[in-house]
Amino acid sequence: MKTILPTPTMNRRKLLRGSGALFAGLTLLPYKAMSEEEKKLSFYNYDTYIGENTLADFTAATGIEVKMDLFADGDELFTKLKAGNPGYDVIVPTNDKVERMAKANMLIPLDHGKIPNIANIDPAFLNPSFDPGRKFSLPYMWGTVGIGYRKSKVADASSWKVMLDDPAHAGRIASLGDQEHNIGVALKYLGYGYNSTNMDELNKAKELLIAAKKGIKKYADDNGQDLLAQGEVDLTMEYNGDIAQVMAEDDDITYVVPKEGSNVWEDTIAIAAGAPHPENAHAFINFIFDKDNGKHIAETIQYATPNKAAREIMDEAYQKNPAIFPPSDILAKCEYAAYLGEEALKVRDEIWTAIQAA
Amino acid sequence: MEDWKRNGRAFWTLGSPATFWLVVFFLAPLAYLLVLSFSSKAVIDGQVSVNDYAYLTGIDNYVRTLNPDIISIFLRTLWWSALATIACLLVGYPIAFAICFMPERWRPLALLLIVLPFWINLLIRTYALKTVLGARGLVGGSLNAILEPFGMQADIIGTTPAVIFGLVYVFLPFMILPLYSTIERLDKSYLEASLDLGASQFQTFYKVTLPLTMPGIVTGLILVFIPCLGMFLISDELGGTTSWMIGNVIQSQFGSSNDWPFGSALSFVLMLLTIIVLFIQWYVQNHSKGVGAQ
Repeated sequence: MKTILPTPTMNRRKLLRGSGALFAGLTLLPYKAMSEEEKKLSFYNYDTYIGENTLADFTAATGIEVKMDLFADGDELFTKLKAGNPGYDVIVPTNDKVERMAKANMLIPLDHGKIPNIANIDPAFLNPSFDPGRKFSLPYMWGTVGIGYRKSKVADASSWKVMLDDPAHAGRIASLGDQEHNIGVALKYLGYGYNSTNMDELNKAKELLIAAKKGIKKYADDNGQDLLAQGEVDLTMEYNGDIAQVMAEDDDITYVVPKEGSNVWEDTIAIAAGAPHPENAHAFINFIFDKDNGKHIAETIQYATPNKAAREIMDEAYQKNPAIFPPSDILAKCEYAAYLGEEALKVRDEIWTAIQAA
Repeated sequence: MEDWKRNGRAFWTLGSPATFWLVVFFLAPLAYLLVLSFSSKAVIDGQVSVNDYAYLTGIDNYVRTLNPDIISIFLRTLWWSALATIACLLVGYPIAFAICFMPERWRPLALLLIVLPFWINLLIRTYALKTVLGARGLVGGSLNAILEPFGMQADIIGTTPAVIFGLVYVFLPFMILPLYSTIERLDKSYLEASLDLGASQFQTFYKVTLPLTMPGIVTGLILVFIPCLGMFLISDELGGTTSWMIGNVIQSQFGSSNDWPFGSALSFVLMLLTIIVLFIQWYVQNHSKGVGAQ
């Protein structure tokens, strides 16, 4: 049998032919350098977290096509962008992630001149500690973390005690599945600050959480509202908007921010570093902060909007919903999660691992 | 095909796509993780950086794997994996035996039924299991209907047995298939000889069948035990508050904890465990007289 062998010899002509193909490929690269942006925008958002028609309205108004990808939680957003922006323009990081991502040069500074609708935003939101002067982010929605519970099963959920230090509902409790909220809430219950880095206080919180594990059925990764609605648990630590959604379907479910205070958070709109369409991104952000568009978004997702002009034209049911706007005296006791730095986060992660190991 | 030693170019032509694949998508990332496991987060202007690393700074991450909490999760992982593996053997052996002694025309169907679950994604199967075992599910709901008159309530989801059951449910085919392949090749005349010579059924099983099928048993044990060690999805979905296996710790290091160096170190410790297990398999199979399962 004759053996046919490949002969990978190289001569000048073959080299030229090969490199021709290579350069044909390369010419496609510098499209980002072209002055006119293509009519596209990539939006990276939570699920069910934008107005029903907002994206279509934006396309109709500007001709820019929006592609929306979804992430499940802020950590997923952070992890995905940490490895290099895969092509997202507008993203929705929570306040502490804004701080962390800004420190890691993962965000582009906003050009306020291109967003005249900033005038619609409640001035109380315009100079937060996590992003002074709103250099990188604008407030999209805000809310709280509290207890969602069944009125028929739980008489009083006005204190975190009912979750952390009370055997009455053992086995019928769910909690959020991340270290920040569990440790933060335990700290609040013990009378300390949500962002404490004091080792004594953190150790007390750790002991409390390990003892509380006996009563907690599940650390639910943001699906506590489903467990509550399905009757798997009677009370759960959850985000207010998630509980508001199941409250709409089940009159027995309600929401409260316990009296010790809790976490108040703000989801923001920002532009990721390396965004292919920064001009379109600014146009989109301006569109979102329009009065009517802001109203439509808030009506769909039932979270509290910092868009003052939009809030003023919402109906009374929204304005007076206690799950959306908790009483101001309790809100005063709630704290933002601060970005504590990588070392302090490591300490908290080790505590969380210890709780899981116990 | 000719000897690759004489015809090196033919070998490289055929071998290079696979080699390229292996180097670019397997060895290079693995080497990066190995370097990362000896690295730490860079300190820039007195602050620990979010995503810059100082490479090859020392063995701190491996020292951290000796933390008592991590060790206790490692031990839990080994224990649960061992329980699931033994349960798979106890359930799988009779099934493999039954398939081997079925009429020939039923065997392909039986094997197909064993393999069928692989056509469905693991995540979806786990969710399905969750629905069935849930408080209002087919099994969980029926159990609760029986218990309710006695004033009791059973929660299956969120317990350790649920996790073990989930592991058995998912990995059972990995046990049955190698067992089937050895039992099928077992020379049945040995069993007849043993019985003819006066051994009881039990003695025949214990002294003839079991040693002869040992290679299949060992292969099955390995094929179940190793993927159990790295599992995180089932413990996450079916477990309660004490459900983390080492896979969950690793997942959280690469996710929410943003501590890739420590996650890498944990991964390599897990890999070391796997290599030890494989070494035991190699040793046992070299010293066994049974029917090969390869």
